[in-house]
Amino acid sequence: MSETEPAAAGGPNDERIKDQGGFRKWLIRPELGGIVGVIAVFIFFGVLAGDSGMFNAQGIMNWSQISAQFMIIAVGACMLMVAGEFDLSVGSMIGFAGISIAMFGVVWGLPMWVAILITFAICLVIGAINGIIVVRTGLPSFIVTLAFLFILRGFTIFVPQTVESRTIIGGIEEAAEGDWLAAIFNTDVAGWLFVWMADNGIIGTFSRGTREGEPLISGIPMLIVWAFILVIAGHIILTRTKFGNWIFAAGGDAQAARYVGVPVDRVKITMFMTTAFCSTVFACCQVFEFGSAAADRGILKEFEAIIAVVIGGALLTGGYGSVMGAALGALIFGVVQQGLFFADVESSLFRVFLGIILLFAVVLNTYIRRIITGER
Amino acid sequence: MNAFFKTLAVSAVALMGATAVNADGHIGGERYVLVSHAPDSDSWWNTIRNALTLAGEQMDVEVEYRNPPTGDIADMARLIEQAAASGPDGIITTLADPTVLNDSIRAAVDAGIDVIIMNSGTPEQARDVGALMYVGQPEYDAGFAAGQRAAGDGVTSFLCVNHVISNPVVAERCNGFADGLGVDLGDSMIDAGQDPQEIQNRVMAYLNANPDTDGILTLGPTSADPTILALEELGLAGDIYFGTFDLGENIVAGIRDGVIEWGIDQQPFLQAYLPVVVMTNYHRYGVLPGNNINSGPGFITADGLELVEALAGEYR
Repeated sequence: MSETEPAAAGGPNDERIKDQGGFRKWLIRPELGGIVGVIAVFIFFGVLAGDSGMFNAQGIMNWSQISAQFMIIAVGACMLMVAGEFDLSVGSMIGFAGISIAMFGVVWGLPMWVAILITFAICLVIGAINGIIVVRTGLPSFIVTLAFLFILRGFTIFVPQTVESRTIIGGIEEAAEGDWLAAIFNTDVAGWLFVWMADNGIIGTFSRGTREGEPLISGIPMLIVWAFILVIAGHIILTRTKFGNWIFAAGGDAQAARYVGVPVDRVKITMFMTTAFCSTVFACCQVFEFGSAAADRGILKEFEAIIAVVIGGALLTGGYGSVMGAALGALIFGVVQQGLFFADVESSLFRVFLGIILLFAVVLNTYIRRIITGER
Repeated sequence: MNAFFKTLAVSAVALMGATAVNADGHIGGERYVLVSHAPDSDSWWNTIRNALTLAGEQMDVEVEYRNPPTGDIADMARLIEQAAASGPDGIITTLADPTVLNDSIRAAVDAGIDVIIMNSGTPEQARDVGALMYVGQPEYDAGFAAGQRAAGDGVTSFLCVNHVISNPVVAERCNGFADGLGVDLGDSMIDAGQDPQEIQNRVMAYLNANPDTDGILTLGPTSADPTILALEELGLAGDIYFGTFDLGENIVAGIRDGVIEWGIDQQPFLQAYLPVVVMTNYHRYGVLPGNNINSGPGFITADGLELVEALAGEYR
């Protein structure tokens, strides 16, 4: 963080600033494991599944979308984890937000942008409640957010069941027709690029049906754009701002941070709200892409978020991690999950492989970090 | 209609030229992916997987089974996109939620991959997404066949015990049964709820209030098991004509003991097996059945019970 202004405080011989070699500085970056992992994973699947369709345009789009999903929730989970807490209600929040949009926008007939804004507001409040309970009671966030995992899932099933006697609500596509806010969660951008690529034979085209002749990919989905926006925003906040330093301090040693004037409680509550925000973005992208909300969406997504963050080099105990690392973790997770299909691994074994690779990545990360930082 | 057959013939010939015989003249090795909506914990689908493997071996084609681990239909849409990207010869999939899955399936069809819908969905929905056909049990037709069978056995009035009143597709079973029997459904369908105690009491209450009822239809193990208890309590077990949808341990025992006349099996085996056989022959020889295939209703009575018990959970 101080690399741009060396020894600004007390001249070149300030004892508080230790000189480090460039190589060592690079090695202690939390992203290192992620970068190595990404390269390894791509080589692995390039060899194993290179000609299977995994690296044709559709295949790339497929694992990119899966990775982007992981990235969106991993950004929130990562920043929260750096602040020393974590959130098990992410998956339930995704289902809850989706149903909320459908209830307000379809069942109760509000304009879609209003439904979206109300949903964001509700979810941010729930995130804040999560945070307030954690900082006020001092209970582990594991327990508090576990409670919300059940509370939110229960409501998600109860409300549409009671009001509509069903748990899948469709008709969102029609209700969101022409809505400006819904559009920023579900449009394909840069379509011209893919038309050009199809014209030049780089990607295939539909061979029959109403879309005959159109490129197989109509554009980059907003899901992926959102993933990039959140990753970049998260990275800048965490590494380039005062607030970012507060997050590290709150997660590293909360008491010490309080002594030097960091508003630890406020930081943690804000981070819980950030995970809620990310879950809601995820839900919006999903709901508007698929045109329906269901009460069982998002099950187990909280673990997928945490897994991506941990592969990306963040410490479960807080105070260490990076959003870039989490994004790379999400990329690895997505590519492995999808790649094993293309490599034709039997689907029940596929989870075994996934587990082994995750374990391997985490052990490697920890090992590298211990050697480099000399931490015990 | 003529144009349709012409298109079919042309595309069949084109396909024969394109994919039936590989460059070296060798037949075999087509690749089919089956995508289901079932979560990992759903053991009913084990039969599907076994049938798929068996069909793959018999036809000398590669088969793969994929499912969303948590049963999340949005994840399932991605699985279909993923399967399409891998460029298989065909995709076999359920249509568990048309709103979510239609676009993904449609894109696969338009990209030149043949699709067969199995298990969930209807022939109409399958046609809407451009699938070759639907293989499954149309609920109304299954109920109708059961009604005709019951009519032949002398049933004149009935009670339909519906434990999933919220699902209109399942209620079609009762509608079909009434029509097959040639009686008006009227209020002979009761909303039984999911609680076994409640179901048992409601069945008893209905039979007490309508003593001339001579037939009962239950829509699955959830309603069949408590109904068996209700009949035992009323002393009607074996006396009243009793048929049910789906199979379960108690249902099989009921059939053996003569309490239940028959169980209607939608035959998951055929739902996985037939699409592989149909597609393989379509890709190799350009032949395609002219219609959808009903995998059910298959009636299971005391006669064929030994085989059912022996293969339960494996192929039945």
